[in-house]
Amino acid sequence: MSFNLETFLFYSLAVLAVFSAIMMITRRSPINSALFLILNFFTTSGIYLLLRAQFIAIIQVLVYMGAIMVLFLFVIMLLNLGDEKSLKEVLGYKKITALLLSLLLMSLLGFTVFAGFYGKFDKISENAINIGTAEALGKELTTTYSLPFELASFLLIAGIIGAVVLAKKRFE
Amino acid sequence: MPEWLINLLITLAKIAVVHGVLLTCVAYTVYLERKVSAFMQDRIGPNRVGPFGLLQPLVDVVKLLMKEDIVPVNANRFVHSLAPIISILVALSTIAVVPFGNTINIAGRDIQLQIADVNVGVLYFLALSSLGVYGVTLSGWSSNNKYSLLGGLRSSAQMISYELAMGLAVLAIVLMNGSLELDTIVKNQAGWHWNVILQPVGFIIFITAALAETNRHPFDFAEAEQELVAGYHTEYSSMKFALFFLAEYANVIVMSAVITTLYCGGWQFPFVHSMGLSPTLISILQVLAFCAKTFFWVFFFVWIRWTIPRFRYDQLMNLGWKVFIPLGIVNLVVTGLVLLLMKH
Repeated sequence: MSFNLETFLFYSLAVLAVFSAIMMITRRSPINSALFLILNFFTTSGIYLLLRAQFIAIIQVLVYMGAIMVLFLFVIMLLNLGDEKSLKEVLGYKKITALLLSLLLMSLLGFTVFAGFYGKFDKISENAINIGTAEALGKELTTTYSLPFELASFLLIAGIIGAVVLAKKRFE
Repeated sequence: MPEWLINLLITLAKIAVVHGVLLTCVAYTVYLERKVSAFMQDRIGPNRVGPFGLLQPLVDVVKLLMKEDIVPVNANRFVHSLAPIISILVALSTIAVVPFGNTINIAGRDIQLQIADVNVGVLYFLALSSLGVYGVTLSGWSSNNKYSLLGGLRSSAQMISYELAMGLAVLAIVLMNGSLELDTIVKNQAGWHWNVILQPVGFIIFITAALAETNRHPFDFAEAEQELVAGYHTEYSSMKFALFFLAEYANVIVMSAVITTLYCGGWQFPFVHSMGLSPTLISILQVLAFCAKTFFWVFFFVWIRWTIPRFRYDQLMNLGWKVFIPLGIVNLVVTGLVLLLMKH
Protein backbone atom coordinates (compact mmCIF):
# COMPACT_ATOMS: atom_id res chain seq x y z
CA MET A 1 0.00 0.00 0.00
CA SER A 2 1.40 3.32 -0.99
CA PHE A 3 1.80 5.90 1.72
CA ASN A 4 -0.30 9.00 1.46
CA LEU A 5 -1.64 11.58 3.85
CA GLU A 6 -5.17 10.23 3.69
CA THR A 7 -4.17 6.71 4.72
CA PHE A 8 -2.03 8.11 7.51
CA LEU A 9 -4.93 10.26 8.77
CA PHE A 10 -7.33 7.35 8.54
CA TYR A 11 -5.15 5.01 10.58
CA SER A 12 -4.40 7.58 13.27
CA LEU A 13 -8.07 8.48 13.59
CA ALA A 14 -9.13 4.83 13.55
CA VAL A 15 -6.63 3.84 16.26
CA LEU A 16 -7.71 6.82 18.37
CA ALA A 17 -11.38 5.94 17.84
CA VAL A 18 -10.91 2.31 18.95
CA PHE A 19 -8.73 3.38 21.87
CA SER A 20 -11.26 5.97 23.09
CA ALA A 21 -14.13 3.50 22.69
CA ILE A 22 -12.34 0.91 24.82
CA MET A 23 -11.39 3.52 27.41
CA MET A 24 -14.96 4.75 27.47
CA ILE A 25 -16.45 1.39 28.48
CA THR A 26 -13.70 0.50 30.95
CA ARG A 27 -13.49 3.74 33.02
CA ARG A 28 -15.13 3.68 36.45
CA SER A 29 -15.72 7.42 36.70
CA PRO A 30 -18.73 8.49 34.58
CA ILE A 31 -17.09 11.84 33.73
CA ASN A 32 -14.03 10.13 32.27
CA SER A 33 -16.26 7.79 30.28
CA ALA A 34 -18.17 10.77 28.92
CA LEU A 35 -14.94 12.57 27.98
CA PHE A 36 -13.66 9.52 26.09
CA LEU A 37 -17.00 9.24 24.30
CA ILE A 38 -16.60 12.87 23.21
CA LEU A 39 -13.12 12.06 21.88
CA ASN A 40 -14.62 9.08 20.08
CA PHE A 41 -17.26 11.26 18.39
CA PHE A 42 -14.55 13.67 17.35
CA THR A 43 -12.44 10.96 15.70
CA THR A 44 -15.52 9.52 13.98
CA SER A 45 -16.28 12.95 12.62
CA GLY A 46 -12.75 13.08 11.20
CA ILE A 47 -13.31 9.72 9.48
CA TYR A 48 -16.55 11.04 7.94
CA LEU A 49 -14.53 13.94 6.55
CA LEU A 50 -12.09 11.49 4.95
CA LEU A 51 -15.10 9.83 3.31
CA ARG A 52 -16.05 13.24 1.81
CA ALA A 53 -19.17 13.54 3.95
CA GLN A 54 -18.67 17.10 5.20
CA PHE A 55 -22.27 17.59 6.19
CA ILE A 56 -22.48 14.41 8.28
CA ALA A 57 -19.11 15.22 9.86
CA ILE A 58 -20.18 18.67 10.97
CA ILE A 59 -23.58 17.41 12.16
CA GLN A 60 -21.78 14.77 14.22
CA VAL A 61 -19.89 17.56 15.98
CA LEU A 62 -22.91 19.86 16.23
CA VAL A 63 -25.46 17.35 17.50
CA TYR A 64 -23.50 14.68 19.33
CA MET A 65 -20.54 16.60 20.72
CA GLY A 66 -22.19 20.00 21.00
CA ALA A 67 -25.60 19.06 22.34
CA ILE A 68 -26.05 15.48 23.49
CA MET A 69 -22.75 15.03 25.30
CA VAL A 70 -23.09 18.44 26.95
CA LEU A 71 -26.40 17.23 28.37
CA PHE A 72 -24.72 14.00 29.52
CA LEU A 73 -22.02 15.95 31.32
CA PHE A 74 -24.67 18.27 32.70
CA VAL A 75 -26.62 15.40 34.23
CA ILE A 76 -23.50 13.70 35.61
CA MET A 77 -22.43 16.94 37.26
CA LEU A 78 -25.88 17.80 38.53
CA LEU A 79 -26.23 14.41 40.22
CA ASN A 80 -22.57 14.57 41.24
CA LEU A 81 -22.08 10.89 40.42
CA GLY A 82 -19.10 9.15 41.92
CA ASP A 83 -17.41 6.02 40.62
CA GLU A 84 -19.84 3.32 39.65
CA LYS A 85 -20.30 0.46 42.07
CA SER A 86 -20.28 -3.19 41.07
CA LEU A 87 -23.77 -4.59 41.14
CA LYS A 88 -24.90 -8.16 40.74
CA GLU A 89 -26.04 -8.51 37.16
CA VAL A 90 -29.03 -10.59 36.14
CA LEU A 91 -29.40 -11.98 32.63
CA GLY A 92 -32.92 -10.74 31.83
CA TYR A 93 -34.77 -10.56 28.52
CA LYS A 94 -33.43 -7.03 27.95
CA LYS A 95 -29.84 -8.22 28.15
CA ILE A 96 -30.52 -11.15 25.83
CA THR A 97 -32.18 -8.89 23.23
CA ALA A 98 -29.27 -6.47 23.50
CA LEU A 99 -26.85 -9.36 22.99
CA LEU A 100 -28.67 -10.57 19.88
CA LEU A 101 -28.84 -7.08 18.42
CA SER A 102 -25.15 -6.47 19.04
CA LEU A 103 -24.35 -9.81 17.38
CA LEU A 104 -26.30 -8.66 14.34
CA LEU A 105 -24.43 -5.36 14.29
CA MET A 106 -21.10 -7.14 14.71
CA SER A 107 -21.79 -9.47 11.78
CA LEU A 108 -22.75 -6.53 9.56
CA LEU A 109 -19.60 -4.65 10.54
CA GLY A 110 -17.52 -7.79 10.18
CA PHE A 111 -18.86 -8.33 6.68
CA THR A 112 -17.87 -4.81 5.71
CA VAL A 113 -14.38 -5.21 7.13
CA PHE A 114 -13.77 -8.52 5.35
CA ALA A 115 -15.21 -7.25 2.10
CA GLY A 116 -12.76 -4.37 2.44
CA PHE A 117 -9.85 -6.83 2.79
CA TYR A 118 -10.84 -8.61 -0.40
CA GLY A 119 -10.82 -5.35 -2.30
CA LYS A 120 -14.55 -4.82 -2.62
CA PHE A 121 -14.60 -1.26 -1.26
CA ASP A 122 -11.23 -0.16 -2.53
CA LYS A 123 -12.05 3.30 -3.74
CA ILE A 124 -14.28 6.07 -2.51
CA SER A 125 -17.08 6.52 -5.03
CA GLU A 126 -16.45 9.32 -7.52
CA ASN A 127 -19.84 10.69 -6.68
CA ALA A 128 -19.15 10.78 -2.91
CA ILE A 129 -18.37 14.48 -2.84
CA ASN A 130 -21.81 15.26 -4.28
CA ILE A 131 -23.70 12.81 -2.07
CA GLY A 132 -22.21 14.28 1.09
CA THR A 133 -23.40 17.86 0.61
CA ALA A 134 -26.26 19.41 2.52
CA GLU A 135 -28.15 20.06 -0.75
CA ALA A 136 -28.04 16.43 -1.89
CA LEU A 137 -28.98 15.10 1.54
CA GLY A 138 -31.83 17.58 1.88
CA LYS A 139 -33.19 16.65 -1.53
CA GLU A 140 -33.06 12.93 -0.75
CA LEU A 141 -34.69 13.40 2.65
CA THR A 142 -37.60 15.41 1.30
CA THR A 143 -38.24 13.31 -1.81
CA THR A 144 -37.13 9.65 -1.68
CA TYR A 145 -37.17 9.31 2.10
CA SER A 146 -39.88 11.81 2.98
CA LEU A 147 -42.08 9.29 4.81
CA PRO A 148 -39.40 8.02 7.25
CA PHE A 149 -38.26 11.62 7.65
CA GLU A 150 -41.73 12.81 8.66
CA LEU A 151 -42.23 9.77 10.91
CA ALA A 152 -38.97 10.55 12.68
CA SER A 153 -40.21 14.07 13.32
CA PHE A 154 -43.36 12.63 14.93
CA LEU A 155 -41.18 10.46 17.14
CA LEU A 156 -39.16 13.50 18.21
CA ILE A 157 -42.22 15.61 18.98
CA ALA A 158 -43.63 12.72 21.02
CA GLY A 159 -40.36 12.59 22.94
CA ILE A 160 -40.45 16.34 23.60
CA ILE A 161 -44.07 16.27 24.78
CA GLY A 162 -43.34 13.23 26.94
CA ALA A 163 -40.43 15.03 28.61
CA VAL A 164 -42.58 18.10 29.30
CA VAL A 165 -45.39 15.97 30.76
CA LEU A 166 -42.98 14.06 33.02
CA ALA A 167 -41.31 17.25 34.19
CA LYS A 168 -44.58 19.04 34.85
CA LYS A 169 -46.02 16.23 36.98
CA ARG A 170 -43.43 16.87 39.67
CA PHE A 171 -44.51 20.48 40.13
CA GLU A 172 -48.25 19.93 40.25
CA MET B 1 7.93 24.75 -6.17
CA PRO B 2 5.19 22.11 -6.47
CA GLU B 3 1.58 23.32 -6.47
CA TRP B 4 0.60 21.73 -3.16
CA LEU B 5 3.53 23.35 -1.36
CA ILE B 6 2.53 26.78 -2.62
CA ASN B 7 -1.06 26.22 -1.48
CA LEU B 8 0.15 25.00 1.89
CA LEU B 9 2.38 28.06 2.31
CA ILE B 10 -0.47 30.40 1.34
CA THR B 11 -2.78 28.76 3.88
CA LEU B 12 -0.13 28.90 6.60
CA ALA B 13 0.50 32.56 5.83
CA LYS B 14 -3.22 33.29 6.07
CA ILE B 15 -3.46 31.46 9.41
CA ALA B 16 -0.44 33.34 10.77
CA VAL B 17 -1.71 36.76 9.69
CA VAL B 18 -5.30 36.21 10.84
CA HIS B 19 -4.31 34.83 14.23
CA GLY B 20 -1.63 37.45 14.70
CA VAL B 21 -4.16 40.20 14.08
CA LEU B 22 -6.81 38.42 16.16
CA LEU B 23 -4.58 37.95 19.22
CA THR B 24 -3.33 41.53 19.09
CA CYS B 25 -6.91 42.72 18.82
CA VAL B 26 -7.85 40.54 21.80
CA ALA B 27 -5.21 42.24 23.94
CA TYR B 28 -6.38 45.66 22.83
CA THR B 29 -10.06 44.81 23.30
CA VAL B 30 -9.28 44.42 26.99
CA TYR B 31 -7.71 47.88 26.85
CA LEU B 32 -10.73 49.22 24.94
CA GLU B 33 -13.08 47.77 27.51
CA ARG B 34 -11.19 49.39 30.38
CA LYS B 35 -10.99 52.74 28.63
CA VAL B 36 -14.65 52.75 27.55
CA SER B 37 -15.87 51.70 30.98
CA ALA B 38 -13.69 54.42 32.52
CA PHE B 39 -15.16 56.98 30.14
CA MET B 40 -18.72 55.88 30.92
CA GLN B 41 -18.10 56.06 34.67
CA ASP B 42 -16.26 59.37 34.49
CA ARG B 43 -12.87 57.86 35.36
CA ILE B 44 -9.55 58.01 33.54
CA GLY B 45 -8.74 54.32 33.08
CA PRO B 46 -5.29 52.84 32.45
CA ASN B 47 -2.84 55.66 31.62
CA ARG B 48 0.42 54.74 33.38
CA VAL B 49 2.21 52.43 30.93
CA GLY B 50 3.16 54.08 27.64
CA PRO B 51 1.27 56.91 25.96
CA PHE B 52 -2.44 56.79 26.98
CA GLY B 53 -1.64 53.51 28.75
CA LEU B 54 -1.33 51.78 25.37
CA LEU B 55 1.29 49.30 26.60
CA GLN B 56 -0.97 48.13 29.45
CA PRO B 57 -2.02 44.84 27.71
CA LEU B 58 1.64 43.82 27.29
CA VAL B 59 2.40 44.45 30.94
CA ASP B 60 -0.72 42.55 31.96
CA VAL B 61 0.34 39.49 29.99
CA VAL B 62 3.80 39.55 31.58
CA LYS B 63 2.20 39.86 35.03
CA LEU B 64 -0.12 36.91 34.39
CA LEU B 65 2.73 34.75 33.09
CA MET B 66 4.86 35.44 36.17
CA LYS B 67 2.13 34.55 38.66
CA GLU B 68 2.04 31.28 40.55
CA ASP B 69 -0.20 28.62 39.06
CA ILE B 70 -2.36 27.13 41.80
CA VAL B 71 -4.41 23.95 41.36
CA PRO B 72 -6.80 23.02 44.19
CA VAL B 73 -5.83 19.85 46.09
CA ASN B 74 -8.94 17.85 45.24
CA ALA B 75 -9.26 19.10 41.69
CA ASN B 76 -9.08 16.76 38.73
CA ARG B 77 -5.68 17.97 37.51
CA PHE B 78 -5.97 16.78 33.92
CA VAL B 79 -9.42 18.18 33.26
CA HIS B 80 -8.51 21.34 35.16
CA SER B 81 -5.73 22.01 32.65
CA LEU B 82 -7.73 20.80 29.66
CA ALA B 83 -10.66 23.19 30.15
CA PRO B 84 -8.90 26.51 29.37
CA ILE B 85 -7.23 24.88 26.35
CA ILE B 86 -10.63 23.87 24.95
CA SER B 87 -11.96 27.39 25.53
CA ILE B 88 -9.19 29.17 23.67
CA LEU B 89 -8.95 26.52 20.93
CA VAL B 90 -12.63 26.84 20.09
CA ALA B 91 -12.49 30.64 20.17
CA LEU B 92 -9.54 30.76 17.78
CA SER B 93 -10.76 28.06 15.36
CA THR B 94 -14.05 29.74 14.53
CA ILE B 95 -12.35 32.59 12.67
CA ALA B 96 -11.19 30.06 10.03
CA VAL B 97 -14.42 30.19 8.05
CA VAL B 98 -15.02 33.94 8.21
CA PRO B 99 -14.28 35.63 4.86
CA PHE B 100 -12.52 38.93 5.50
CA GLY B 101 -12.17 40.12 1.91
CA ASN B 102 -12.96 39.35 -1.71
CA THR B 103 -10.62 37.20 -3.79
CA ILE B 104 -7.46 39.15 -4.58
CA ASN B 105 -4.90 38.61 -7.31
CA ILE B 106 -1.28 38.48 -6.14
CA ALA B 107 1.43 37.58 -8.66
CA GLY B 108 -1.07 36.05 -11.09
CA ARG B 109 -2.65 33.86 -8.43
CA ASP B 110 -6.17 34.26 -7.09
CA ILE B 111 -6.13 34.19 -3.32
CA GLN B 112 -9.31 33.95 -1.36
CA LEU B 113 -9.22 36.03 1.80
CA GLN B 114 -10.62 33.31 4.03
CA ILE B 115 -8.61 30.58 5.74
CA ALA B 116 -10.95 27.73 4.86
CA ASP B 117 -13.76 27.94 2.34
CA VAL B 118 -15.89 25.21 3.89
CA ASN B 119 -19.14 24.52 2.02
CA VAL B 120 -20.94 24.10 5.35
CA GLY B 121 -19.39 27.22 6.88
CA VAL B 122 -22.51 28.28 8.77
CA LEU B 123 -22.77 24.87 10.41
CA TYR B 124 -19.05 24.90 11.22
CA PHE B 125 -19.56 28.14 13.09
CA LEU B 126 -22.57 26.78 14.99
CA ALA B 127 -20.78 23.51 15.77
CA LEU B 128 -17.73 25.23 17.21
CA SER B 129 -19.76 27.69 19.22
CA SER B 130 -21.61 24.75 20.73
CA LEU B 131 -18.26 23.15 21.66
CA GLY B 132 -17.37 26.27 23.64
CA VAL B 133 -19.65 25.01 26.40
CA TYR B 134 -17.11 22.32 27.29
CA GLY B 135 -14.46 24.76 28.45
CA VAL B 136 -16.82 26.39 30.92
CA THR B 137 -18.56 23.21 32.07
CA LEU B 138 -15.41 21.16 32.57
CA SER B 139 -13.58 23.95 34.37
CA GLY B 140 -16.56 24.33 36.69
CA TRP B 141 -16.66 20.64 37.47
CA SER B 142 -12.93 19.94 37.75
CA SER B 143 -12.23 22.76 40.22
CA ASN B 144 -14.08 20.90 42.98
CA ASN B 145 -15.64 24.12 44.21
CA LYS B 146 -19.38 24.66 44.54
CA TYR B 147 -19.31 28.15 43.07
CA SER B 148 -17.36 26.92 40.08
CA LEU B 149 -19.75 24.01 39.60
CA LEU B 150 -22.80 26.27 39.80
CA GLY B 151 -21.22 28.68 37.32
CA GLY B 152 -20.43 25.83 34.94
CA LEU B 153 -23.93 24.35 35.17
CA ARG B 154 -25.63 27.72 34.68
CA SER B 155 -23.54 28.50 31.70
CA SER B 156 -24.08 25.16 29.97
CA ALA B 157 -27.85 25.48 30.41
CA GLN B 158 -27.72 29.04 29.12
CA MET B 159 -25.56 28.26 26.10
CA ILE B 160 -27.63 25.24 25.05
CA SER B 161 -30.84 27.32 25.29
CA TYR B 162 -29.55 30.23 23.25
CA GLU B 163 -27.88 28.05 20.65
CA LEU B 164 -31.37 27.04 19.51
CA ALA B 165 -32.50 30.64 19.07
CA MET B 166 -29.25 31.45 17.28
CA GLY B 167 -29.59 28.45 14.99
CA LEU B 168 -33.15 29.47 14.07
CA ALA B 169 -32.06 33.03 13.26
CA VAL B 170 -29.21 31.78 11.08
CA LEU B 171 -31.50 29.25 9.39
CA ALA B 172 -33.68 32.09 8.04
CA ILE B 173 -30.57 33.58 6.42
CA VAL B 174 -29.55 30.22 4.97
CA LEU B 175 -33.07 29.93 3.55
CA MET B 176 -32.75 33.31 1.83
CA ASN B 177 -29.37 32.54 0.32
CA GLY B 178 -29.88 28.87 -0.44
CA SER B 179 -26.34 28.21 0.71
CA LEU B 180 -24.40 27.31 3.83
CA GLU B 181 -21.26 29.04 2.56
CA LEU B 182 -20.40 32.26 4.35
CA ASP B 183 -18.70 33.58 1.22
CA THR B 184 -21.91 33.23 -0.81
CA ILE B 185 -23.91 34.88 1.95
CA VAL B 186 -21.54 37.87 1.85
CA LYS B 187 -21.61 38.07 -1.95
CA ASN B 188 -25.42 38.14 -1.91
CA GLN B 189 -25.33 41.20 0.33
CA ALA B 190 -23.76 43.47 -2.30
CA GLY B 191 -24.71 47.13 -2.21
CA TRP B 192 -27.20 47.78 0.56
CA HIS B 193 -28.88 44.33 0.54
CA TRP B 194 -27.61 43.77 4.05
CA ASN B 195 -29.37 41.06 6.00
CA VAL B 196 -29.82 43.41 8.93
CA ILE B 197 -32.39 45.25 6.79
CA LEU B 198 -33.92 42.12 5.24
CA GLN B 199 -33.99 40.13 8.49
CA PRO B 200 -34.50 42.59 11.36
CA VAL B 201 -36.18 40.09 13.67
CA GLY B 202 -33.56 37.44 13.06
CA PHE B 203 -30.90 40.06 13.65
CA ILE B 204 -32.26 40.97 17.10
CA ILE B 205 -32.48 37.28 18.01
CA PHE B 206 -28.93 36.69 16.80
CA ILE B 207 -27.45 39.64 18.69
CA THR B 208 -29.14 38.59 21.93
CA ALA B 209 -28.08 34.98 21.49
CA ALA B 210 -24.54 36.15 20.71
CA LEU B 211 -24.41 38.03 24.02
CA ALA B 212 -25.61 34.90 25.81
CA GLU B 213 -23.22 32.60 23.93
CA THR B 214 -20.17 34.71 24.76
CA ASN B 215 -21.27 34.93 28.42
CA ARG B 216 -21.20 38.70 28.27
CA HIS B 217 -23.36 41.20 30.11
CA PRO B 218 -26.30 41.25 30.60
CA PHE B 219 -26.10 37.44 30.51
CA ASP B 220 -22.83 36.74 32.34
CA PHE B 221 -24.30 34.27 34.79
CA ALA B 222 -21.35 31.95 34.54
CA GLU B 223 -19.33 34.41 36.62
CA ALA B 224 -21.92 36.55 38.41
CA GLU B 225 -19.66 38.07 41.07
CA GLN B 226 -22.28 38.78 43.72
CA GLU B 227 -23.59 35.24 43.60
CA LEU B 228 -20.70 33.01 42.55
CA VAL B 229 -17.40 34.76 43.46
CA ALA B 230 -16.02 34.42 39.94
CA GLY B 231 -18.03 31.43 38.70
CA TYR B 232 -16.27 28.77 36.68
CA HIS B 233 -12.82 30.35 36.84
CA THR B 234 -12.77 30.95 40.61
CA GLU B 235 -10.03 28.34 41.08
CA TYR B 236 -7.90 29.40 38.13
CA SER B 237 -4.78 31.50 38.39
CA SER B 238 -1.83 32.61 36.31
CA MET B 239 -1.81 31.72 32.59
CA LYS B 240 -4.76 29.33 32.85
CA PHE B 241 -6.91 32.21 34.04
CA ALA B 242 -5.43 34.35 31.31
CA LEU B 243 -6.50 31.76 28.72
CA PHE B 244 -10.12 32.05 29.87
CA PHE B 245 -9.80 35.80 29.74
CA LEU B 246 -8.32 35.68 26.23
CA ALA B 247 -11.00 33.22 25.13
CA GLU B 248 -13.76 35.56 26.29
CA TYR B 249 -12.42 38.47 24.26
CA ALA B 250 -11.50 36.28 21.31
CA ASN B 251 -15.11 35.07 21.35
CA VAL B 252 -16.35 38.65 21.38
CA ILE B 253 -14.22 39.52 18.36
CA VAL B 254 -15.09 36.36 16.44
CA MET B 255 -18.78 36.82 17.21
CA SER B 256 -18.53 40.42 15.98
CA ALA B 257 -16.90 39.18 12.79
CA VAL B 258 -19.70 36.64 12.33
CA ILE B 259 -22.40 39.28 12.96
CA THR B 260 -20.68 41.43 10.33
CA THR B 261 -20.53 38.52 7.89
CA LEU B 262 -24.09 37.31 8.35
CA TYR B 263 -25.96 40.58 8.82
CA CYS B 264 -23.87 43.60 7.86
CA GLY B 265 -22.57 42.67 4.46
CA GLY B 266 -19.19 41.24 5.53
CA TRP B 267 -16.48 42.87 3.45
CA GLN B 268 -18.97 44.58 1.12
CA PHE B 269 -18.18 48.28 0.77
CA PRO B 270 -21.26 49.99 -0.72
CA PHE B 271 -20.76 51.80 -4.04
CA VAL B 272 -17.02 51.09 -4.10
CA HIS B 273 -17.22 49.91 -7.73
CA SER B 274 -18.69 53.19 -8.95
CA MET B 275 -15.72 55.20 -7.64
CA GLY B 276 -13.36 54.08 -10.38
CA LEU B 277 -10.56 52.73 -8.19
CA SER B 278 -7.97 50.10 -9.06
CA PRO B 279 -8.87 46.47 -8.12
CA THR B 280 -6.09 46.28 -5.51
CA LEU B 281 -7.33 49.43 -3.80
CA ILE B 282 -10.89 48.07 -3.83
CA SER B 283 -9.71 44.86 -2.16
CA ILE B 284 -7.87 46.81 0.52
CA LEU B 285 -10.90 49.03 1.12
CA GLN B 286 -13.09 45.94 1.45
CA VAL B 287 -10.80 44.38 4.07
CA LEU B 288 -10.79 47.70 5.92
CA ALA B 289 -14.59 47.85 5.71
CA PHE B 290 -14.75 44.39 7.26
CA CYS B 291 -12.41 45.46 10.07
CA ALA B 292 -14.37 48.67 10.71
CA LYS B 293 -17.70 46.85 10.91
CA THR B 294 -16.22 44.22 13.21
CA PHE B 295 -14.76 46.97 15.39
CA PHE B 296 -18.18 48.57 15.63
CA TRP B 297 -19.69 45.32 16.94
CA VAL B 298 -16.84 44.81 19.41
CA PHE B 299 -17.55 48.32 20.67
CA PHE B 300 -21.24 47.41 20.82
CA PHE B 301 -20.46 44.44 23.09
CA VAL B 302 -18.47 46.72 25.42
CA TRP B 303 -21.15 49.39 25.25
CA ILE B 304 -23.88 46.91 26.26
CA ARG B 305 -21.76 45.60 29.11
CA TRP B 306 -21.47 48.98 30.80
CA THR B 307 -25.05 50.03 30.10
CA ILE B 308 -27.41 47.17 30.92
CA PRO B 309 -27.45 45.52 34.36
CA ARG B 310 -27.42 41.73 34.72
CA PHE B 311 -30.71 39.87 34.30
CA ARG B 312 -32.01 37.38 36.82
CA TYR B 313 -31.34 33.76 35.89
CA ASP B 314 -35.01 32.76 35.53
CA GLN B 315 -35.62 35.86 33.39
CA LEU B 316 -32.84 34.73 31.07
CA MET B 317 -34.30 31.23 30.71
CA ASN B 318 -37.84 32.54 30.19
CA LEU B 319 -36.61 35.00 27.61
CA GLY B 320 -34.73 32.29 25.75
CA TRP B 321 -37.36 29.56 25.71
CA LYS B 322 -40.60 31.53 25.75
CA VAL B 323 -39.74 34.57 23.65
CA PHE B 324 -36.77 34.05 21.37
CA ILE B 325 -37.31 30.45 20.27
CA PRO B 326 -41.00 30.96 19.31
CA LEU B 327 -40.04 34.26 17.67
CA GLY B 328 -37.28 32.47 15.77
CA ILE B 329 -39.69 29.79 14.53
CA VAL B 330 -42.23 32.42 13.41
CA ASN B 331 -39.46 34.37 11.67
CA LEU B 332 -38.33 31.22 9.87
CA VAL B 333 -41.85 30.34 8.71
CA VAL B 334 -42.57 33.89 7.54
CA THR B 335 -39.25 34.03 5.68
CA GLY B 336 -40.05 30.74 3.95
CA LEU B 337 -43.56 31.94 3.07
CA VAL B 338 -42.33 35.25 1.61
CA LEU B 339 -39.66 33.46 -0.42
CA LEU B 340 -42.28 31.04 -1.77
CA LEU B 341 -44.65 33.88 -2.72
CA MET B 342 -41.83 35.80 -4.41
CA LYS B 343 -41.04 32.77 -6.55
CA HIS B 344 -44.56 32.64 -7.99
